[in-house]
Amino acid sequence: MSTESLRIVWVYPDLLSTYGDRGNALILARRARQRGLPVEVLEVRSDQRLPATADIYLVGGGEDGPQALGAQRLIADGSLHRAVAQGSVVFGVCAGYQLLGNSFFAKGTKCAGLELLDITSDRGETRAVGELTGDIDARLGLPPLSGFENHGGRTHLGPSVSPLARVTAGVGNDGASEGAWRGKLLGTYSHGPALARNPALADLLLRWATGIHQLPPLDDTWPDRLRSERRAAVAAARA
Amino acid sequence: MPLRAKVASSVSRTAAALSRAAGRGDGSVIGGWIGLKIDPDLLAHLAAGRAIALISGTNGKTTTTRLAAAAVGVLGKVATNSFGANMPTGHTSALAKAGSTPYAVLEVDEHYLAQVLEATEPHVVALLNLSRDQLDRAKEVAMMAQLWRAALVRHQDVRVVANADDPMVVWAATPPPNHDHRINPPQVTWFSAGQRWHEDSWVCPECGSTIQRSGEQWWCTGCPLRRPDPQWTVEDDGVLDPTGAWHKVSLQLPGKVNVGNAATALAVAAEFGVRPVDAVSRLSSVTSVAGRYAQVEKDGRLVRLLLAKNPASWLEAFDMADLAPTLLSINARDPDGLDTSWLFDVDFAPLRGRQVLITGDRAYDLAVRLDVNDVPFQHVRSFNEAIRAVPPGRLEVIANYTAFQDIRAELDRVN
Repeated sequence: MSTESLRIVWVYPDLLSTYGDRGNALILARRARQRGLPVEVLEVRSDQRLPATADIYLVGGGEDGPQALGAQRLIADGSLHRAVAQGSVVFGVCAGYQLLGNSFFAKGTKCAGLELLDITSDRGETRAVGELTGDIDARLGLPPLSGFENHGGRTHLGPSVSPLARVTAGVGNDGASEGAWRGKLLGTYSHGPALARNPALADLLLRWATGIHQLPPLDDTWPDRLRSERRAAVAAARA
Repeated sequence: MPLRAKVASSVSRTAAALSRAAGRGDGSVIGGWIGLKIDPDLLAHLAAGRAIALISGTNGKTTTTRLAAAAVGVLGKVATNSFGANMPTGHTSALAKAGSTPYAVLEVDEHYLAQVLEATEPHVVALLNLSRDQLDRAKEVAMMAQLWRAALVRHQDVRVVANADDPMVVWAATPPPNHDHRINPPQVTWFSAGQRWHEDSWVCPECGSTIQRSGEQWWCTGCPLRRPDPQWTVEDDGVLDPTGAWHKVSLQLPGKVNVGNAATALAVAAEFGVRPVDAVSRLSSVTSVAGRYAQVEKDGRLVRLLLAKNPASWLEAFDMADLAPTLLSINARDPDGLDTSWLFDVDFAPLRGRQVLITGDRAYDLAVRLDVNDVPFQHVRSFNEAIRAVPPGRLEVIANYTAFQDIRAELDRVN
């Protein structure tokens, strides 16, 4: 950690917060505090300068216009690149995942991304809306991904990133793979408060940020019930 | 009315009556659907000759429609779609059922405003607010504002009553800078009803700059868009009209938000020439609206039903609810939207200190949200279990759309 407390930055909530994105900041902060870690959450709007020394950066979803504007301002600001170079954790969701890549499409135009993840996104023929589940890369040691997706993009992975998961329901990147990760950067199409349904993923981000390999377990009764209820719903929809 | 329209209107009324008699619904959609099959222009034919107000927005439109219908009722008989059936089929049913009336006040789903403007050529359109609602299938907020704006520029004769506190609404009601200046844009009367929810209007829809707020004022930091001076405002428990006269509003509906809805209703009625002093007493005749705010006694518990469909309306519901045991019920069926992510856009902290119960198809999504929000709760499997779990006295129920209908059904479709 960079300072006494864990610093979490929610990047541009004025642009990149379409649906419940605040949840990821709330969940990370709570899970850290429950382990006795002091936490500071900074909401940095797009007319402010991004700090370059935080531990975790959260980049959320957004409509086309705000996504393109967010990417432009992040490139001009440069702080996120410096933070990544210093080993900060970045978690990108939906539009926030796409803009970490090389390029993406917004309002029919190809836009430059931040080139932090070796991915490129274009438009699919249909919009992907619904439950999204997948088996996560075994190296990350996590239980299956459970989420809801709502996007029109399709994402292609370059050689220097790994897919986050193999899709078992939904579309994700392209119907086969979902999300991407490299080092301490991770992106997913599981939109909004993705960590609500994936507490183990939240803990992975906290381990990356703190360097603490063994975090004390928490009471995850409700997220576990939610996960099994969603798993049953996905299975029932298939039957 | 052309013969085809007469036949269509009559068949429409019969179908609605049959649907009600068969216990299949209140008939407010099926009748219009059949009528429009026979005469696709039936809505326009039924609208002809009436002075009409349309009421649209993300939240408050059913209640405001009911209040505005009561206010316009000062002048004569008013047709209205009071069951909340707010698409063209519902409008057709409502007008066919009402027969000939000089006035109509119609609630309009925000997606259909352009179409219904075209069909009904209203005298006045009220624009309440725009906020995020069921984004897995609905239009995003900025896109909706754009559709409204484009529709209004085409109807220069309509009078607009619009919310000065919502930047998206103000932008939609203001003609684009490049509009054809030979055409006079619609005349706008601004009202201020307060707005608790700001999360969808931080970015200017005109130029993309940040919108600043200070007290009730807001302004764009990059272009001239700013809060217009409202002619109608809420002050304490009353409404200040454009002449500066204050009218005490005594409602049977709870919450500050409904005083705001009353102000809007009075402003709409004024566009027909109704004096607020004549209309204001009629507003207290509205008790509940399609089950919303209804109070029912059950096993010694006084149950009150509050509908909350999206983040903005949850904030208003917390304001309306008494400090009493509260049941929250969440579903995510088709009419609700399939995505529950919005739960994290709502701060449930106002519920701390109350006994909170949760139920519904998606109770576990709510459980995770409340847990993160440090709001203690108890999960119950049914409405009846909730009744047994609280002491005799008041029980507030806040539910989203189908969860609300489920509970209403258990209470014998209370109205």
